[in-house]
Amino acid sequence: MALIAFGLIAAVVILSAVFVIAARNPVHSVLWLILAFFSSAGLMVLIGAEFLAMLLIVVYVGAVAVLFLFVVMMLDVDFVELKQGSLGYWPFALLIGAILIAEMALVWAASGALTFDNFDPSPGAETNTEAIGAVMYTQYLLLFQLAGVILLVAMIGAIVLTLRHRPNVKRQDVGKQTGRRRSDAIEMKDPAPGQGI
Amino acid sequence: MSNAIESLGSFWGPLLVLGQIGLFTLVLLLSIAFLLLLDRKIWAGVMMRKGPNVVGPFGLLQSFADFGKFLLKEIVIPAGANKFVFIFAPILTCTLAFAAWAAIPVAPGTQQGTTWVISDLNVGVLYLFAISSLGVYGIIMGGWASNSKYPFLGALRSAAQMVSYEVSIGFIIITVILMVGSMNLADIVANQDGGIWNWHAFAFQNFPLIIVMFPMFVMFFISALAETNRPPFDLPEAESELVAGYQVEYGSTPYLLFMLGEYLNIVLMCAMMTILFLGGWHGPVALGEQFATDYALLTALSGLFWFMFKVFLCFCMFAMVKAIVPRYRYDQLMRLGWKIFLPTSLAAVVIVAGYVTYFGVQS
Repeated sequence: MALIAFGLIAAVVILSAVFVIAARNPVHSVLWLILAFFSSAGLMVLIGAEFLAMLLIVVYVGAVAVLFLFVVMMLDVDFVELKQGSLGYWPFALLIGAILIAEMALVWAASGALTFDNFDPSPGAETNTEAIGAVMYTQYLLLFQLAGVILLVAMIGAIVLTLRHRPNVKRQDVGKQTGRRRSDAIEMKDPAPGQGI
Repeated sequence: MSNAIESLGSFWGPLLVLGQIGLFTLVLLLSIAFLLLLDRKIWAGVMMRKGPNVVGPFGLLQSFADFGKFLLKEIVIPAGANKFVFIFAPILTCTLAFAAWAAIPVAPGTQQGTTWVISDLNVGVLYLFAISSLGVYGIIMGGWASNSKYPFLGALRSAAQMVSYEVSIGFIIITVILMVGSMNLADIVANQDGGIWNWHAFAFQNFPLIIVMFPMFVMFFISALAETNRPPFDLPEAESELVAGYQVEYGSTPYLLFMLGEYLNIVLMCAMMTILFLGGWHGPVALGEQFATDYALLTALSGLFWFMFKVFLCFCMFAMVKAIVPRYRYDQLMRLGWKIFLPTSLAAVVIVAGYVTYFGVQS
């Protein structure tokens, strides 16, 4: 049963990954990419790493890919024209792909241990959430904190790059708006006929 | 019966799950039909109208009449629309809304330590969060595929809104996870047994935490309103500004699917509020261990009743809010999400984590 599920999901991952490159419409490419992410989460569930699977969906599918989709939908680039010269990159792409496969094969041959049999999704703990937490917050605490600081720096950098203080910009002060009373806004007048105010 | 099970062999497990899924779907669809009517009735009641009252006694069959009407209308696909994505978007919304219910535990099982749930996941809360974060795709895809400016703008607004409030919902869920020490929904419910004062919204057994947890419950409710695009945060379909948001070009069955998905998500949010904060299937008064072992079936059925009753109450709150509160402006919505809810829920996570670390939790 697990083997059938693995075969199906793996086939979906590979096919959707191919379609990411093959699709003519860039929005379709992103949608295929999302399917690939989602199916690889299914693969993780199959080997028992359910926490990682859910994180993959929440972070990559739920947040990162949404931003991708936003950007691709908003861009007004003529992708057909852009793709005209893309055939020239095939040798380069093949080279990179060959290097990746060679490296993976090397690691697999050297260790010989990357089989599902000795893969333990929750080593020495009840669930793999606890296992990951125990490792991350004890052994790799410093690296984890560093990653957080790097992300913070990146965030501040992005804000600094886009923040402009322009004069004469109308801003809404919520405190002022909600603090507005009837007496501040309305003045009752009783103009005599034919005179106006 | 046992012979039949044996003859089915290894197919019995999958068949059982299929049966559970079918039953769940049926119950959900039927309850949605009447909850939709209830929503309209409450809305009408607050406005001193009668609401739908023509089809069937008290208008009870109104939803079924609407259903027939939606099905029989012609499906119009706008010129230049991306046909596949246009049709796929509502199907995705509806499917995801159903899929989330697979992890919702509705009642205690008749045997000790079991639960009435389709799939008892270790990461149940994360699963719900993940599925609800996928819901935004149906909206973006629908808005984009319509090949029209208004649905696209509506979809962008809707997506930005949902992504913003997901952040605070995530932090609020973390406070509950910290108190329980598990992401299993059945464990979260089990942590709240022994009476109304033990529910996470009140959390009297960890007394000072009520100062944090009750506001978190209220914030979860408000974020749920925004997440499901309900009034006062129904900006995606603000009639006076955007016609009907991402649904402008939709009619007939695809619109029905969007509508169904939306209401299923609302009921799902009610179920999450029930499980995370209102004690799940536990009644307000504890019946004791002895009763649970002596009358297992009765306990399970009363658990089912309490769960459904609480979901029903939460839904009534959703409906009342729709009738009472005027719509937010878009910048106010974003300010509430990012400048008020996000820092508050972040502070709550720090406070609860500190409390759990230094004092420990009593359950």
